[in-house]
Amino acid sequence: MSKNMEPVDQREALQSALASRERPPKASPVSASLTFGGRSLLKIKYVPEQLFDITAFPIIFLLMFTYMFGGAIAGSTAEYLQFVLPGVLVLTVVMITMYTGVELNNDITKGVFDRFRTLPIWRPSVLVGALLVDLVRYTAASAIMITLGLILGFRPEGGVIGVLLGVAILLVFSFSLSWIWTTLGIIMRSEKSLMGASMMVLFPLTFISNVFVDPQTMPGWLQPIVEINPVSMLVVAVRGFMEGSAAMADVGWVLLVSAVLVAIFAPLTMYLYYRK
Amino acid sequence: MEQQTYAIEAEGLVKTFGETRAVDGADLTVPKGTVYGVLGPNGAGKTTTIRMLATLLQPSAGRARVFGHDIVEEADQVRARISMTGQFASVDKDLSGMENLVMLGRLMGYTKPEAKKRAKELLYAFGLGEAAKKQVKTYSGGMQRRLDIAASIVVTPDVLFLDEPTTGLDPRSRNQVWDIVRMLVDAGTTVLLTTQYLEEADQLADRIAVIDQGKVIAEGTSGELKSSVGSGKLHVRLFHPETRELAKQVLGRKLGTVVELASDPSALSTWVNDVNRAAHAIGELEREGIAVSDFSLGQPSLDEVFLTLTGRTAEAAETTENEETEAQG
Ligand SMILES: Nc1ncnc2c1ncn2[C@@H]1O[C@H](COP(=O)(O)OP(=O)(O)O)[C@@H](O)[C@H]1O
Ligand SMILES: [Mg+2]
Repeated sequence: MSKNMEPVDQREALQSALASRERPPKASPVSASLTFGGRSLLKIKYVPEQLFDITAFPIIFLLMFTYMFGGAIAGSTAEYLQFVLPGVLVLTVVMITMYTGVELNNDITKGVFDRFRTLPIWRPSVLVGALLVDLVRYTAASAIMITLGLILGFRPEGGVIGVLLGVAILLVFSFSLSWIWTTLGIIMRSEKSLMGASMMVLFPLTFISNVFVDPQTMPGWLQPIVEINPVSMLVVAVRGFMEGSAAMADVGWVLLVSAVLVAIFAPLTMYLYYRK
Repeated sequence: MEQQTYAIEAEGLVKTFGETRAVDGADLTVPKGTVYGVLGPNGAGKTTTIRMLATLLQPSAGRARVFGHDIVEEADQVRARISMTGQFASVDKDLSGMENLVMLGRLMGYTKPEAKKRAKELLYAFGLGEAAKKQVKTYSGGMQRRLDIAASIVVTPDVLFLDEPTTGLDPRSRNQVWDIVRMLVDAGTTVLLTTQYLEEADQLADRIAVIDQGKVIAEGTSGELKSSVGSGKLHVRLFHPETRELAKQVLGRKLGTVVELASDPSALSTWVNDVNRAAHAIGELEREGIAVSDFSLGQPSLDEVFLTLTGRTAEAAETTENEETEAQG
């Protein structure tokens, strides 16, 4: 008999809890992904500071680039704002995607991931759930920047629909790009090396682009490099939607690149995740 | 339901990490509905073995089946029937106990209300009702461990893997964990647990595999392991320490064994193979006028078993390993 002084009814509760051999039907992929998304949201509830990147970055970046470069590049900040906002929006959100990998890298070393990996669930749901919540974060960052832009005098000709479509294609691309960070997040041993590797990818990707200036003003040898950069393609598409002049081809390129990124990095991430 | 006799069958499991052969050809056969103890010092390969069986690591060689399902080829079927509580917390310490269990309930396929109901039931049963809404990182070690086990039985598994379930727990929490394990087995779950504590394996496990340096060096019931060492040890305590030399000669003569002197100046002990001869030897002490204050014929402890099997004590093996780990880290 037990030496512990648990009340009798608690022992009974334990017995009846253990006796239940009920087996619910397997969770659907959507439900499992949403549950993991819920987990990420709960984490934000406990550590609201992690919202810093999506609130502060959009504000700092937009103010900084508009007022620093506006006079020099476009002659006036108001005019430059029309040109630069879609670009800075892309730059900011693409930068923020990096935190997906950092989060995963922090998270994956925790014991709870061992438990997740022994559950009979749709395998990618752990990551898909986290990425879905990241989409919410990217949307919030976009909303903050566009609101600030409107206050400062941004007047998109594409109207509400154009802005929404612009944000939508940005989210599609960001979701796809995030799979690179999840891959790196699993490979890299430390947060520091992960940050380093991510920066190596992100800096050329965001700065050797058309975010700040029209590629026509660049030397001839640089133009093809800038134009082939997926971030430039994305900026062209987002600008197109917001200015009400989106071309099918530009949008098509972005969707193609996104599909390729997911096709390569999602299976790679899953492979590494279950092999680790 | 299938009619397998064995919950787990592993043949020649090997796992290498670079040069290290963490598991080096382990064979395990775990009968259904029993507790199987994997006993070994730190670094013996316990965690690596359990992680392979729980589909977390792929074996470098060998194969294993859980309820007839191959752990590599049919990992999903295996996962549907097992749960694992890792050596270090396998719950989310940033969330509350309630949030952890509801999340797992949802992942196991319960609807939200069902998941909440099951979470409440388990938290109460595991004595965590009051801490349900607190973040797990504020829990004591014993509470975390109980939550971890609760998390493993949100849906009662057919096989539960417990990696060192009581390491670092106070005696009260340890007894609670033991009780839970016993009740789980009564309810029909097969439990495979690893431990460094000989007493734990002795208390809980129906069968024990002793592993050292990745190899199973002995296997059997605790009784079988003990009898492989000898039938037991006779401990004698005398009223007068000054009679000990004489007692040693008498016992040695009667039993034909080596008599050891204990650190207690009035105690001595020896291995015996035959209970009757031991009884005669005690009688002979009386006849020689040596007053015996008490005597006992104990089964050998698993400590002694380990010493006999490996030539070193479990504690010694453990200390060397700890020093190595410290040097590395
Ligand atoms: N991921 C790993 N990489 C390299 N060596 C490892 C790894 N995991 C375990 N080992 C080594 O394998 C051996 C067995 O480890 P482990 O299974 O954790 O032992 P135990 O759980 O019995 O203490 C140890 O020597 C350990 O250092
Ligand atoms: Mg271990």
